[in-house]
Order: sequence, then C-alpha cells, then structure tokens
Amino acid sequence: MPENTAQASNEALLDIQDLSIHYITEDGTVRAVNNLNLSLKRGETIGLVGETGAGKTTTALGIMRLVPDPPGKIVGGRINFAGEDLTQKSDAAMRNVRGKRISMIFQDPMTSLNPVIPVRDQIAEVILLHEKVSAAEALAKAEEMLLKVGIRSERAREYPHQFSGGMRQRVVIAIALACNPELLISDEPTTALDVTIQAQVLELMKNLKREFNTSMIMITHDLGIVADICDKVAIMYAGSVVEIGDKYDLFRNPKHPYTIGLFNSLPDIEKDEDSLKPIKGFMPDPMDLPSGCPFHPRCDVAKPICMQAAPSEYVNVSENHRVKCLLFSDTTGGE
Amino acid sequence: MLTNKVAVDEAPVGVNADAKPRKKRSQMHDVWKRFRKSRTAMFGLFIIIALIILALSAEILAPADAINPGYDIQDLGNTFAPPGGEHIFGTDNFGRDIFARIAHGARISLYVGFVVVSISMVTGVTLGALSGYYSGIIDNVIMRIIDILLAIPFLLLAVSIVAALGPGLRNVMIAVGVAGIPGYARIVRASVLSVREQEFIEAARSVGANNFRIITRHILPNCMAPIIVQATMGMAGAILSAAALSFIGLGIQPPQPEWGAMLAESRRFMRDHWHMVMFPGVAIATVIFGLNMIGDGLRDAFDPRLKK
Amino acid sequence: MHKFILKRLGMMLPVLVGVMFVIFTLTYITPGDPVMMILGDQAAQEDIVNLRAELGLDQPFLVQFGMFVANTMQFNFGTSFTTGRPVLEEIGFRFPTTMQLAAMSVVISVLIGIPLGILSAVKQYTIFDNGATIIGLLGVSIPNFWLGMMLIILFSVNLGWFPTTGFETPMHWVLPSFTIGISSAAIIMRMTRSSMLEVIRQDYIRTARAKGQKESKIIVSHALKNALIPVITVVGLQFGLLLGGAILTETIYAIPGLGRFMVESIQRRDYPIIQGGVLLLALVFSFVNLLVDILYAFVDPRIRSQYK
Repeated sequence: MPENTAQASNEALLDIQDLSIHYITEDGTVRAVNNLNLSLKRGETIGLVGETGAGKTTTALGIMRLVPDPPGKIVGGRINFAGEDLTQKSDAAMRNVRGKRISMIFQDPMTSLNPVIPVRDQIAEVILLHEKVSAAEALAKAEEMLLKVGIRSERAREYPHQFSGGMRQRVVIAIALACNPELLISDEPTTALDVTIQAQVLELMKNLKREFNTSMIMITHDLGIVADICDKVAIMYAGSVVEIGDKYDLFRNPKHPYTIGLFNSLPDIEKDEDSLKPIKGFMPDPMDLPSGCPFHPRCDVAKPICMQAAPSEYVNVSENHRVKCLLFSDTTGGE
Repeated sequence: MLTNKVAVDEAPVGVNADAKPRKKRSQMHDVWKRFRKSRTAMFGLFIIIALIILALSAEILAPADAINPGYDIQDLGNTFAPPGGEHIFGTDNFGRDIFARIAHGARISLYVGFVVVSISMVTGVTLGALSGYYSGIIDNVIMRIIDILLAIPFLLLAVSIVAALGPGLRNVMIAVGVAGIPGYARIVRASVLSVREQEFIEAARSVGANNFRIITRHILPNCMAPIIVQATMGMAGAILSAAALSFIGLGIQPPQPEWGAMLAESRRFMRDHWHMVMFPGVAIATVIFGLNMIGDGLRDAFDPRLKK
Repeated sequence: MHKFILKRLGMMLPVLVGVMFVIFTLTYITPGDPVMMILGDQAAQEDIVNLRAELGLDQPFLVQFGMFVANTMQFNFGTSFTTGRPVLEEIGFRFPTTMQLAAMSVVISVLIGIPLGILSAVKQYTIFDNGATIIGLLGVSIPNFWLGMMLIILFSVNLGWFPTTGFETPMHWVLPSFTIGISSAAIIMRMTRSSMLEVIRQDYIRTARAKGQKESKIIVSHALKNALIPVITVVGLQFGLLLGGAILTETIYAIPGLGRFMVESIQRRDYPIIQGGVLLLALVFSFVNLLVDILYAFVDPRIRSQYK
C-alpha cells in the first residue's frame, strides 16, 4: 500500500451537502435526489445502497455533472470535491475532472462501449484527453491497461462485440482507471453479469482500487457486495441518505426502519425461511412523494408526526454512524 | 416518461409503456393520449379530416348541371381566369373552375389512397406473416419474390405494370398497390420474427391454439404499430405515385379531375398561367403532408422511447 | 471480404432472372400484338405469320421466356419496334444522361440532408430543429414533378436564371438535379436526425462524456459513425427512387435521358425498349444495393466479422 494513505485518509475527498436533483418534465417534476448528504475520505470505499428508483444513479451522474439537461437540473446543494464545489464549475473545467480525477463505471457493459471503435482506441481516447502523450504512447498505455484487467494484447484491436459481457466490463474498468482517478464511481458494475463473472470482476476492482489507491462509490442493491468490498455504507431512500456509517457499525446495529427492513428482507441461511420479512408496499413515485417522511407509508413504527414532518437532521448513533429519522430525534444518540 | 432512458435505474414506477401483452384498451388509450399531445400530428389529422369533408361535399360545393358533372362545367368565355373573385382558384383552359376540380379530385385521391393501401396491406401483411411465422421453404420463396419486386425501383415497377395493363383508375390502383406490397411484407415479417419468440406465443401454443389462431389473434395484434404507421405513410406514397402516373399520362385520364392529370394538362400553360400549376400541386402536397404528420405522430405515440 | 462480394453477386443472379420473368410476363400479358405494331394495320397475313415465327412469338410462354433470358445474357435485347435500331444502342445512348442526373441528385441530397439532420438532432427542441423538421416534412410531401414545374416558373420564366429545358450545359443541370435532390435530401435528413437522436442517447455516448470528451468531438468521432450506418441504406434506396424519379423529371425538363425515352416508348408500345430499360435500371439499382452492403461492412465491424 502506498505510504500516504494514513495521512491522506483524514481529509474528506468528497463532501456532498444538501444535493437536490430534479427532472422537470411536462408531466411534473421528478424529485430524484432530495437534500442528499454524503462524504467520503481518500482511499475509502462507500456503498450506496437502495432500491431501484432511490436516486442512486442520478446522484452518481450529478457528481459527474452528467445529468441530462434538459430535463435534469441540479436545483440545490454543493458537491465539494478536493475542496472545490463541482456544481460551480464550468463545462470546460468539468471536462478536466471527468475521466481524469473522477471516473465512472456504468451498469451495462454490453451497451457502454462504442460498437464501431476497437477497445484499445476507446481506452487510448481518455489517456490522450488527459495526459500529454503521443497517440502511439496512448495506444501503448491502453494495451498496458488491458493487460492489467486481464485482456491479452493480441485482442486489443478487437471490437466490443467480440468480447463477452465480463470482458467488456473489464474494458470499461480499464477506461475508468486509465488516468488514475482520485474517485471511481461504480454504478452496479456487476448486476448485468453472471454470478461467477461477478466475483471475478469484483475481485479485479478490489485489487486495482488498492493498487491505485482510489476512493470509490459503489452503487448497488446487493448488501453482499457491500460487505465484501466497502468500508462505509450509505442507505438511500427516495432520493436522500437515511442512514450512513461504518460498515461494521451499520451492519451490526441498523437503526433506520428502512435499513432494518432491508436486512430483514435478506434470506439468512441459518434462520428459518419464515423469518423473511419483506418491506411492505412500493417505492413512492418520485413525482408525487408522500408528505412528511417519505418512508412513513411503509414504516411499521411510524408515529403521527412522521406524516407531517420530514426529518432534516442526522442523529449520531455512534462516532461513525448517523441516521435521519424522527424516531431518534427526541432521544439523543440512539435508543 | 423521460427518466426511463435518462437513467434506466431511476424510472418512475409504471411508465414502461412498451410491455407487450398488456390490456388492449389501455394501450390504445395511451397511444391516443400521446398522439393528442403532438401538435404536428393533430394538425395533420385536422388537414385530413378537412380534406375528407371537402371530398364528401364536392357535389354540394360544385354540383353537376344538366349535362356535365360538377368538375367538367366549361365556360369558354372565361378561360384562364386568375384566382380570386367568383373562382377562388381561377379557371383553366376550358374555363372550368379549378376549385371545383380540386374538390372532386380529393374524392379520387382519397379513394385511390384507400384502395391502394388495402391492396398492398392485405397482400403484404399476409405474405409477411406467413413468411415470418413459417420459416424454411415458405419464407424463402416469399422473400425471394419480395426481393425481385424490390429490385425494380418503386415507380418503375408501377409504370411497368400500368404499361402492361393500360391506363385508367383501376389499373393505376392495381399497379401502385402491387408495387407497395414488399414494404408491408418486410415490416410484418420482421415484427413477426421478433414476436414469435416471446413467451406468450409459447403459452398460446401450449394451450392448443392452432397456427391460424396464433397468427391472427396473438401475433398480428402485436405487430399492429408498425403496420398502422406504414399504412399511413403508404397512403401518402400511394396518392403521390398515382398522381405521378397520371402526370406522365399513364394514369387517370382527363377530363377526370385527378390532381396529377390536372398538373399534366397545366404544363402547356405554365409559362403564362401559374395558377393552373399552383393549386393541384398544393392539393397533393397538402394530403401527403397531412398523412405524413399523422404517420410521424403515430410512430412516436406507439414508441415513446423515440421521443421524449 | 472477397468471398462476401462474390456471394452477394451470386445472390443477385436469381433475383435478376426473377426481374426478367416479371418484365417478360408483364409484356406477355399486354393486350395488342407487337407484330401489328411493327407492320401496321395493312400488313398481309403471310407477312404477319412470317414475322411471328421470326420473333418466336408462335412459341409457348416458357420457350419464349427462355429465349428472352438467353438473348439477354448475350446482351441482345432485340430491336426497337419504332426505330428499328438495337435496343442496347438506343438505351446506351441515353443512359449516361440519366445516371449523371441521378448521381448529381444523390450528391446534392447527401450534402444537404446529412449535415442538416445532424444539426437538427444535436440542437433538438431548438427553433432550428423545429424549422428543419417542418421543412423536412414539407420536402417529403411536395411532389417533385410539381416542384420541378414551380422551379421552372420561378427561376426560368420569371427570373431567367436557368434555361427551361434540355441538358446540354451545366446551367441546364441545376434545376433538374435540385428538383430530384430536394425531396431526397428531406428523406435523408429525417433519417439522419432520428438515427442521430437514437445514437446520442446510447450508453456509449455517456461513456464518452464520462471520459471528459468534448461534445463536438463526441458527435464526430462517436455518434456519427454509428448514426450513419442506417443512413447508408436510405441513401442506397434513394438511388432507386431517383432512378424512378428520372422518369418524371426528364419529362418535365425535356431531358433526353432513359426515363423520358421509356415514357415515350410506353406510349408507343415499344416493348423491347421498355423491357431493356427496366432491366438495365433494375441492374443498376441492384449494384447500388450491393455497394451499400459492402459499405455497411466497411463501417460496421459487427457486420464485417459476420462475413469473415
């Protein structure tokens, strides 16, 4: 491990404050991300967990400033990255961040590569953009990256359709890591892959992350992946983080009724099948969020106040573990 | 509606409109709702409805006199009258009212469009469905025939058929209708191929539905979207081609007020009497424009992924 | 790649025989006796019988068709009924003009259609896009034989910029090639726009953005190559449309090309000319489509590897 980890790990690399992203359409406003708070230190990996529609991908695109506009708009909040607010940056300045300092791996490797360009050239493109190298050097470095992700040089000139899904995701990873970014956002990088390939790709990501000392946001709905490779977890519901904390703290002592519900809906091989308790109801329509706490219609322990007021402050459960829920705001620090 | 492609992950619940085996009525309802939203599509619909009304009321607007039908009442003392006044579109070389002729011509054009689309659609859909459903030798034979028809440029094929059958309304409709078959056959075959493999077809087969029933009840209804779009656009193409055939003298013959034939007649006078050229052309362009706008609107309404 | 071209050429052969069959059958079923056409009404019975035998018209259908194919394979298309000269000569003499007109129109339509389509897609929802879309719809809707006449009225009769008819000097070429080119440009523009819109919302475009690539570079090096693949097909199909359209345009502008000659031949019932002309145009169209397929493989690696 590089020696600067310990010293660097105290400063927050990414600090998102009250981020809100809306899609403004003819049919109404989709409130995809609402007052989201998230912070991440250098070298850390955080798992961003939530159901489909919780706003995970929009958050990621928001950090990249790639929310399609129109109709998407960052309507409020700050995204502090290494001391700079990304929401204030010009498009040109953002282009110097994308691919170089922050990279993203997308969900579906089958569609995220350009079908008419050889894979090597697709990696070389990002190198050429951000590093002062000749085209030949960029291509050579691209082949090096391919080797790192386990693809032999003789396949470098092949096209995406000649590779399997797992291999393509390796290419996408090579693109994302080619310029040694400080932050890597992985949006469900393995959901589209077979289970055995999933494990290989995750293992590869873990190793490369260590080698490059990259911070990472791992978007997933798979708590197993979180347990495997993350340091911290943030649980998202209806566009905001409802509970965030150190992986061990949060897994051992989940507080938010939604988090508890998530853990209860996981099958546990040691317990009886009867104990599986799915969360009732569905994710609310982000165009028409319920009043008060957005989770209250599905919450078993909701109090009358939950219907009127949304929790706005986080409550410290422990030093590394915070929750946003009215059940805890009148008592201090948990139970 | 937009988030489902912005970020598939974030799609609001229940907007996925392209799920195949859904309730019929609600699908048509959705399509109509989206169609109605498109201003251009509604404008196209307005144009076509207006033209239908014009065609239906041609006998009232331009009634026949004792001897001649309404489109052929000559006034040799008032030839080449410019537009305006008593004759809003002016008169032609025989002193006939051009508006009257256009109104009666609308009947011919709409009729031709309707019949031609029926010929091409019924034949093309049948061939395409058979070809797509039964692979192997039937598919091969049908597709080779289609390939042959497609190898001859559309208008040339229509011209060749009319040349063989002789000019006239009926033959023009047959010629353009036959030339249009390949378009439908290929579209239907492609959609049948994609629908054929879906589970609900397997399900229908497993409960003992026969091939005819599977094709007519399960496969074709699911291919309706491209067929309807093709029929709308095809009607535009049919009217245009029929007018073109009449224009080169192989189609509907004077004194019938077919728009293409009117244009052909006007050629001799175009240097001095532009209005004779103007109005029949505008009439053709208007129908085609209206139908194309409806077709565009329908395509977007059927496939919301294409439009935000 | 060579194998692929050879294979495609091999596939063309049966299609061309099929085209010959269609053309031959159409002529065969045509009412009217060609012998009477050649000899005139006053001909002696003996001459008629002799000429029938000489032309093989007394043979059964299939034998006649066999002879037709055999002759065609040796580039013997017979002689014109009206001029008595070999068909090949008559057609070959006029064919270059038609090809030149079609080629110029394709170039015009591509040069106008593709850039406008790209701009329109990139600037979706702007005034430019709306304007281009409506102009595109109009361009598709306006019949080109009418457009041709209007251009003559405006640019030749009123402004006097271009000659009305003929095809001798480059000044003569302008109006006819724009007449055909404009409607094709509209079709190509619409296709480019929708293909481009489809491509720029693909995930790999987002990947390119995530790399920090500039928007203009993304359009040129990522989107365009993908978006043009379906456009190539449309351009190829347009070529067929243009060959058919030549029939109309050459008639309007009195251009001494194959199209106008065929219209005249149909009116004169000069069947060998019609047969030869349709066959030649179908052959050219098939070659253009072959070219399109090869170009496809050149642009799209997925198709290329299918034929390796």
